[in-house]
Amino acid sequence: MNQRKKVLLSWTALVAASMLAGSQPSLANEELGKLSKDPKQWVMQSGDYANQRYSSLKQITAANVKELRPIWSFSTGVLRGHEGGPLIVGDVMYVHTPFPNIVYALDLNNQGRILWKYEPKQDPNVIPVMCCDTVNRGVAYGDGKIILNQADANVVALDAKTGKELWKVANGDPKKGETMTGAPFVVKDKVLVGISGGEFGVQGRMTAYNLKDGSVAWKAYSVGPDDQILFDPQKTMNLGKPVGANSSLSTWQGDQWKTGGGATWGWTSYDPQLNLIYYGSGNPSTWNPKQRPGDNKWSMTIFARDADTGVAKWVYQMTPHDEWDYDGVNEMILADIKVKGTPVKALVHFDRNGFAYTMNRETGELLVAEKYDPAVNWATHVDMKTGRPQVVAQYSTDQNGEDKNTKGVCPAALGSKDQQPASFSPETGLFYVPTNHVCMDYEPFKVSYTAGQPYVGATLSMFPPKGESHLGNFIAWDASAGKIVWSNKETFSVWSGALTTAGGVAFYGTLEGYLKAVDMKTGKELYKFKTPSGIIGNVTSYEHGGKQYIAVLSGVGGWAGIGMAAGLGGDTDGLGAVGAYRQLANYTQLGGVLTVFALP
Amino acid sequence: MPKRVALAVAVSFLSLTVCGAAGLAVAADGSAPATKVAATETKPYKVEGGKVDQGTYNGYRRYGESCLRCHGPDGAGSSYAPDLTDSLKHMDYDTFAETVINGRKNVNTANNNVMPSFGTTEDVANYLDDIYGYLKARSDGVLGRGRPQRIGD
Repeated sequence: MNQRKKVLLSWTALVAASMLAGSQPSLANEELGKLSKDPKQWVMQSGDYANQRYSSLKQITAANVKELRPIWSFSTGVLRGHEGGPLIVGDVMYVHTPFPNIVYALDLNNQGRILWKYEPKQDPNVIPVMCCDTVNRGVAYGDGKIILNQADANVVALDAKTGKELWKVANGDPKKGETMTGAPFVVKDKVLVGISGGEFGVQGRMTAYNLKDGSVAWKAYSVGPDDQILFDPQKTMNLGKPVGANSSLSTWQGDQWKTGGGATWGWTSYDPQLNLIYYGSGNPSTWNPKQRPGDNKWSMTIFARDADTGVAKWVYQMTPHDEWDYDGVNEMILADIKVKGTPVKALVHFDRNGFAYTMNRETGELLVAEKYDPAVNWATHVDMKTGRPQVVAQYSTDQNGEDKNTKGVCPAALGSKDQQPASFSPETGLFYVPTNHVCMDYEPFKVSYTAGQPYVGATLSMFPPKGESHLGNFIAWDASAGKIVWSNKETFSVWSGALTTAGGVAFYGTLEGYLKAVDMKTGKELYKFKTPSGIIGNVTSYEHGGKQYIAVLSGVGGWAGIGMAAGLGGDTDGLGAVGAYRQLANYTQLGGVLTVFALP
Repeated sequence: MPKRVALAVAVSFLSLTVCGAAGLAVAADGSAPATKVAATETKPYKVEGGKVDQGTYNGYRRYGESCLRCHGPDGAGSSYAPDLTDSLKHMDYDTFAETVINGRKNVNTANNNVMPSFGTTEDVANYLDDIYGYLKARSDGVLGRGRPQRIGD
């Protein structure tokens, strides 16, 4: 009772304080912001609001990481691809699974004993509506609640202590191809939730629900009329200029925007000082560019929106009129760095299209746009005045047209990087990026839209760049110069989120199943351990009982799992044995396991 | 009950397409339709010097539109759906059609595999025999991976 009174009191004080400051009450924000600064915990999927995936813990160092060993492990009981990672809040670890989207609360004081388990009842008919496996990128924490985005587009709030369902809302309709794979993101008293379904012609949107009861605070579509996309024609800026009226509608033919895609299945970040949230939108639907003339705004776009109202402050479209499925949903990493000598509140984004963008996150000014994989060939460069990529005619699937096979486009539709998040180290000032090194042939063809049916309209085949046999790299990136500092080859795409630490060690997982530790300065491999299955999850660090731990989910699958059985690349490419060598199935099999590592 | 109805649709569909093929054969060379039908049934594709007929090519493309996301490039399977070049070694056309039209569910403690019903998906249902032909050619080992070239290309 006393404690409750105290909480109430401090809450009242907080409300009073924030009212004085002229902003809205935001208890969850205060708590979460504070918790995210405690390196012993890992309270949001990306570690902090800035999406840096950096831990200031430094027990594990470049000198001693070779002593690292698995301490305990936990089977999730689910076979499909395991993306995302666990949260650590106080003495409890929260572990999620792909469909059926089980959530476990594990007691860190008792070797991971299960405190509670939540398993939603979902119609399995949602499974085939999900593009590329039934992955889920993790739960969010805020205001004493665990928020889960279910595959069937329901958002559920659970009592973090008991697992009891507190509220549940439908964020979409799987019968229209609307599903959820992305992680929710808590900001202040709201939880931000995106939607998947770019291959089913959904109208992408970001929705803010009130954490308290699940009611809608605001909803901002990626494509459509100004009142639906929450744009102010005069105040919403694009590269320093107001977007003007109907900035999305004028770039679509007729009603095509209604099935125009721009899904929001990636990551969200937040700058508390600017009170802006950042995220990207995905591909315009269909994959056949001939069928949807125009720039198809605002698909493939970085959005900076007011966290309270959802109104867009600035936007930038990276790939106008997409012809290759280069979704713009990858994470926006917020970092205060020097760009060409000047300190900038920067936003750094490694896009699927193979360019790494450094922007001023306050104004939306484009500062740097360079290729982060030398194989990228679909555009020569980004025009820094217009912000438009300069497309190479040979690789334009639109110019080559329907029923024509455009060959050797790099990167493949997987992108030079997909959703697997990169990490930023404030100490080295560098970004550590898991990448794909894959090219494709792409042939668009005419399709018709049917609600709930695939709306793709292109066939593609994927293979490594000409003359090469590795499919991935792990790189260190200088976002000021726009240059690769070092690059490690990987046999397969690196589909695991990176972690950097104050101990000078960066971690990531590989599709074969290795957890790897590398020296952040040189990239030198310092440690590896083969977990039970391929890793597409993100690496996490926390401290408990005075000890630093590294945790990661293994469980191969996702889009990476699509080439698993036979490997990428045809048997016509003359690589023979190398082709066979690329078969992931020879290295790993399915199964979700959380592995926790520590020094002895 | 709905399942049986859908199956009936599939079967009538099959006979329709076979009739169509036979009709075409007659128009082309005037030979006896009966033997042509039998030939079409045993080999639902045409591969000459690594190149394929329009139907098989169309099958490749329709496969890419509606099946590839789960069954992987070239019908070779993925971490969550079976290798169809293997499945078609044991599965006849009728079972194939039944499965595509009605879907299939394998949901239990170990598996969460669901194939949707494609009975009302025009891009699939209208080209069922083309998709089958393409996959059968892959399964028989007469067609390699990647985009096939068309005869006359």
